[in-house]
Amino acid sequence: MSDCPHTLKEAITFAHEQGSEELIKSLSKRVQEVDGKTNAYINFDPARVDRPKKHGLLRGVPISIKDNICTRGWETTCASKILKGYIPPYDATVIERLREAGATLFGKCNMDEFAFGSSTETSAFGPTRNPWDLERVPGGSSGGSAAAVAADEAIAALGSDTGGSIRLPAAFCGVVGLKPTYGRVSRYGLVAFGSSFDQIGPITKTVEDCAIMMNILAGHDERDSTSANLPVPDYTQALKRPVKGLRIGLPKEYFVKGMDSEVDHAVREAAEVYQKLGAQIKEVSLPHTSHSVAVYYIVAVAEASSNLGRFDGVEYGFRADAKTLRDMYFETRDLGFGQEAKRRILLGTFVLSAGYYEAYYRKGQKVRTLIRQDFDQAFKEVDLLLTPVAPTPPFKLGEKMTDPLTMYLSDIFTISVNLAGVPAMALPAGFTRSGLPIGMQLIARPFAEEAIFQAAHAYEQETQWFKHKPKI
Amino acid sequence: MSFEIEQIAELARLSLRPEEKGKLKKDLESILAYVEQLKSVPTDHVEPTSHVLNLENVFREDKIISSEVREEVLKHAPHREGNFFKVPKVIEQQ
Repeated sequence: MSDCPHTLKEAITFAHEQGSEELIKSLSKRVQEVDGKTNAYINFDPARVDRPKKHGLLRGVPISIKDNICTRGWETTCASKILKGYIPPYDATVIERLREAGATLFGKCNMDEFAFGSSTETSAFGPTRNPWDLERVPGGSSGGSAAAVAADEAIAALGSDTGGSIRLPAAFCGVVGLKPTYGRVSRYGLVAFGSSFDQIGPITKTVEDCAIMMNILAGHDERDSTSANLPVPDYTQALKRPVKGLRIGLPKEYFVKGMDSEVDHAVREAAEVYQKLGAQIKEVSLPHTSHSVAVYYIVAVAEASSNLGRFDGVEYGFRADAKTLRDMYFETRDLGFGQEAKRRILLGTFVLSAGYYEAYYRKGQKVRTLIRQDFDQAFKEVDLLLTPVAPTPPFKLGEKMTDPLTMYLSDIFTISVNLAGVPAMALPAGFTRSGLPIGMQLIARPFAEEAIFQAAHAYEQETQWFKHKPKI
Repeated sequence: MSFEIEQIAELARLSLRPEEKGKLKKDLESILAYVEQLKSVPTDHVEPTSHVLNLENVFREDKIISSEVREEVLKHAPHREGNFFKVPKVIEQQ
C-alpha cells in the first residue's frame, strides 16, 4: 500500500481522481501478503469483491464488514459452524446505506463466534492475531475488523459492539472505533446477540474517517423499531470545534488498583493534553461501575440465549442428521455451537428459568437502572468522560481461554456504556515501552456523538499517534 | 448455587457431550458465584431497565408488500420439498 492512500479520506480523493480499481487491486495484494499472518478475514476473494452500482460519496472505495452483518448473496457466518453456508437473501440497512454511498464491499472480517468474546479466539475459523505482535490477541469480538484496519488490509471497516466489541479491538490494534448511541444506527440485518445492547459502528484509522462513516451509517430505519427518529448532524463539522471550555470527567472507579501502570499513565497524560488545550478536567464518580460485568453476564446472556433459539437447523445453515425432529434440534445445536456459545446459552437459559428469574434477571435489570443513573448524574457535571478502554494492553493468545471469568473482566471499562446505551469511542493514546498500543475511551451523553468527535479529533491532531504503523 | 447441568441443557436444546459437562458446569458455577455480588446492592425502590430508550409503541401502516424472496430463502434450506422446509418425522406412528 505504499503508493496508495491509507485513510478513508485520502482514499475518497484518490478514487475521485483515478477511480477505485487501483485501490481495490493494491488492497487485495496487501491482504494476500499479510492475511496469512493476521487471519483478519473469514471471507476474502479478489474475484468476489462487490463493486457499487451507484456513484456516491465513496466512489467505489472498499469497505470491510464484520461477518455478523447480512450481505445479500454473500455468505454470513458469524464465525460459527452453525451458519456455515448461510447466504442472506437481504442486505442489512448499513449495507444498503454503504451501497447507496457508492462503497465497494470488500470482504467479511473474522470475529468471536456470534460476537461472544474479547479476543477473537472463539471463531470457528481460527483466531485473528494482533498486527502489532502476532503472539497477542487483537481484542474482540470485532478483532478481524480492527486488525484489518491496523494492518492496512482494510481502508475502514464495520464492527458491532454489545459490551465493548468495537472499542476493545480498536484499542488493542491502535485504531479508532465508535460505539454509537443505542438507536443511532439501524440494527436491521445485524445477527442479534443482546438486542437491548447491540450497535453497529465504524472502525477506522482516524477520527475524521470515523465521522465520514457515521454520516453514512446513522439515521432512522422503520425496519428497526428501536432506531431513533432524530435528525442526524454532519459529524465532520464537529471536528472543527475547539475543545476550550469543554468539561471532561475522570471517573475515579476507572482508575483502579491492579490495572496496568502504563495504561493508567497514558490516560492521565491524555487528560493533561486536554487541560493544555483549554478543557476543564474534573474527577467524577460512577459508583456502580464495579457491578457492570455481573449485570451484563445476566442480562446480555439472557438475551443471547433467546436470540440463539432460532438456530435449529430447519431453515438455513448447518443441520445434523437425525431420525427425529427432536434429535435434529439437539444434535444440530450441539455440533454447530462452540464452547463459549454453549456456555452463554446455558447461563442465559438458567437465569431466565422458573425460580431464578427474579433473583437473577430481574435483579440484573434493576442494577442496570442504577448504572444508567450514574451516567445521568455524571453528565450533569461534565460533557464527556475520559477513561481507559481496557485494564491492560493486548494479552497473549491462550492466556485467558481457560477461565471465562478472567476473559469477561477484560470488558470491565466498556460494558457500562452498553448497559446505559450511551455513545463511546476508543482511540489511540500511545504505546507501551514494548510497543503495544494503548487505547483511551471518550463517553458522551445519548446522541451527543458530536462532542466525542470534537474532543477526539483535537487530541488526535495534537498527538498524531495514528501515524505509527505496525511492522508486518 | 446448585443446579443440574443436564436440566438446563435440556431447556436449551443442547445435547452436551459427556466430556463437556464437567467443565461447563464448573464455569457456570464460578460465573454465578461472581454475580452473587449483586445481592449486596439495595434495589427495593428501583425500576428495572428493559430498554434504554424508554420507547413507546411504534406503529406503522399494515400494508401488504411482496418480498419475493421465497425461492432465494428456500434455496439455502438444508432440506426442502417443493415450497416447504423438510424436517424428520415429528409424529410417531401408533
